[in-house]
Amino acid sequence: MSRLIPLVLLAAGLLPVNLIAADGKAAAAPAVAANGAAVPGDLGPPQGEPIHALLGVPPHVPPPIHRNYPAKVIVELEVIEKEMPISEGVTYTYWTFGGTVPGSFIRVRQGDTVEFHLKNAPDNKMPHNIDLHGVTGPGGGAASSFTAPGHESQFTFKALNAGLYVYHCATAPVGMHVANGMYGLILIEPPEGLSTVDHEYYVMQGDFYTTGKYREKGHQPFDMDAAIAERPTYVLFNGREGALTGDHALSAKVGETVRLFVGNGGPNLVSSFHVIGEIFDKVYYEGGTHAQENVQTTLIPAGGAMMAEFRVDVPGTYVLVDHSIFRAFNKGALGMLKVEGPTNKAIYSGKEVDSVYLGDRAGDNLHAVAVAAKANASGTLSKEEQVKAGQQLFEGTCSVCHQGSGEGMAGVFPPLAKSDYLAKLAKEKLISIPLHGLTGAITVNGKDYNSVMPPMAQLTDDEVANILTYVLNSWGNPGGQVSKEEVGKVRAQPAAAGGEAH
Amino acid sequence: MRFAVFLGAMLGGVAAMAADYVPLPGGTFNSVLPADGQNAPARIAPFAMRAEPVTNAEYLAFVRTHTAWSKDQVPALFADGAYLSHWAGALSLGDAVLADQPVTEVSWFAARAYCEGEDARLPTWYEWEVAAAADAHRTDARADPAWRQSVLDWYGRPSSAPLAPVGGAANVYGLRDLNGLVWEWVDDFNALLVSADSREQNGADKARFCGAAALTLQQKENYATLMRVAMLSALKASDTTRNLGFRCVRSL
Repeated sequence: MSRLIPLVLLAAGLLPVNLIAADGKAAAAPAVAANGAAVPGDLGPPQGEPIHALLGVPPHVPPPIHRNYPAKVIVELEVIEKEMPISEGVTYTYWTFGGTVPGSFIRVRQGDTVEFHLKNAPDNKMPHNIDLHGVTGPGGGAASSFTAPGHESQFTFKALNAGLYVYHCATAPVGMHVANGMYGLILIEPPEGLSTVDHEYYVMQGDFYTTGKYREKGHQPFDMDAAIAERPTYVLFNGREGALTGDHALSAKVGETVRLFVGNGGPNLVSSFHVIGEIFDKVYYEGGTHAQENVQTTLIPAGGAMMAEFRVDVPGTYVLVDHSIFRAFNKGALGMLKVEGPTNKAIYSGKEVDSVYLGDRAGDNLHAVAVAAKANASGTLSKEEQVKAGQQLFEGTCSVCHQGSGEGMAGVFPPLAKSDYLAKLAKEKLISIPLHGLTGAITVNGKDYNSVMPPMAQLTDDEVANILTYVLNSWGNPGGQVSKEEVGKVRAQPAAAGGEAH
Repeated sequence: MRFAVFLGAMLGGVAAMAADYVPLPGGTFNSVLPADGQNAPARIAPFAMRAEPVTNAEYLAFVRTHTAWSKDQVPALFADGAYLSHWAGALSLGDAVLADQPVTEVSWFAARAYCEGEDARLPTWYEWEVAAAADAHRTDARADPAWRQSVLDWYGRPSSAPLAPVGGAANVYGLRDLNGLVWEWVDDFNALLVSADSREQNGADKARFCGAAALTLQQKENYATLMRVAMLSALKASDTTRNLGFRCVRSL
């Protein structure tokens, strides 16, 4: 009989349908907007006992949420103004959410009802508030959380949208509060959670403005003029130079997977976030739902965030940078991920060869060229010396297209080896090719070519003479010799028409 | 000084020792909060201001004669739970609190009551601002970057050390400690129009404040002062904080 009662009430329109589950227990009912439509992302009223949120101290984050129902989550965040080192021997007065820059990492589940307590420490001088980009509502909570020192504000919001969101202080002057370190991240996990990884880390970039120069010792006050001009003294990960290097480096082992939660507090700069030596398998750009795969560098807007996932396969130190690279090396935007484990030479060999690279025109490996030049100057240049010098010059300049073997590349770069085209060419025309280039249709050894060889005007007269002498005496070509004087004469003439015009 | 002594004698010395009041001429003043919300200057009638903030000793003397304002008797409506919490007892300072430190952890209601006891009142924001705009040589030093930086330096120092005693360097009027020691209550603290979310500068809420000052931080010369406005705007009348004291004025 008791089973009938709800049915009767239901029939009378006195109970909402979704309160009645199959087992007779009350089930979650999504909130209904004033117009009667369910609010997307609302998974119903909070269930179970209220949960006190664990907060993550950067670079660490709270553990994943393994919960399959929406709950009431209580977040208590304290604003603390304090002096901390910004670089070696340099201090700065930070305004912080939770005593760190970036502020404590908040992790909730989509559909959770978050009761937020913002406490402004009694010793603080300034009023503060919080704007969470993950909040749906005016000011993201800022209007409800304006808090004088020694006081606490409370407001409640429902986390409707999954994603990784920045939170920051929005008290006037907003830029100064943000520049002093008042930002952090809140992760709203989708109901099914995130994929399992071995490590999760929390990194946030920010730009800092001090009256003293970069690394100028002592206590450095905030510089409003530099902030307005957007000329930061420091660009930092996690609020201080060295926060993620040396003993503070992030760590992982070969074969493990890593997820980085990376935010950018600004206040001014956009980050070109990159990890040197690693490719992000997935980037949930802008902290949203969709992932891009195989990403080298990802843009993180000021007041934005992203999640990156990757597997580390090779041991070593991977350097986190803002690839606007002067910021990395001259303003402090450096972090490190140290990966330990066995090497994998199949993926990365380490250094295999250490040889001198001199480019195509330099140094000792052009010895024969030097000998030829000297002999030429003294009037004793032999054909053999020309051929030797010509070979080295050919390998530096010509072989890129015509190949070291003189075979060229069928259809693209005509062959020089056993070339019927070269064999019937007048000497002057032959010399004009490297000097003036050759453009248009030609037939070589029965194959048609129609492309462009640019002028090699950077070669000197004796270099051209040596190269041509080498070509004429190689690969079954008819032989012969070209002198520096002959080249000089042709160089003085206007360029001849190319192609079959000769 | 002669004036102050005269006035003090006339009022019969309500506090244990009559405080120094210093006359200011008033006049027109370009406030960071323009009178019409655009750019009209504020008009300020002549007034006299306490040379120094009210000290712990002075406030203790007041509480002893007005025990309704002792921390064990004050109604919660008039002062929050931290009211005078740094004092050892309801009618004693204790060893950690110095007599000549400015009194803090006092509510607006309490500050008002004290000033009435001195036959005075809390200053308006304009009165406080015009007085604090002076430095040792000028009545309006606000355009000087050095003045601005000195104000900002105090904001940038964490208040982990005990408060200094009153009696800092005097400005051109002979007033001390307006900048660099404590925040100070003003009578109209809740009419200064900094909305709880400072970014709503052109929103509809502006109308709620009788078309009073539109707060913008566009002029960086003003932001040192506007941060004080932001602080005052964060308060409720029963609030107390560790860095918030007061001084009184009298109309002339």
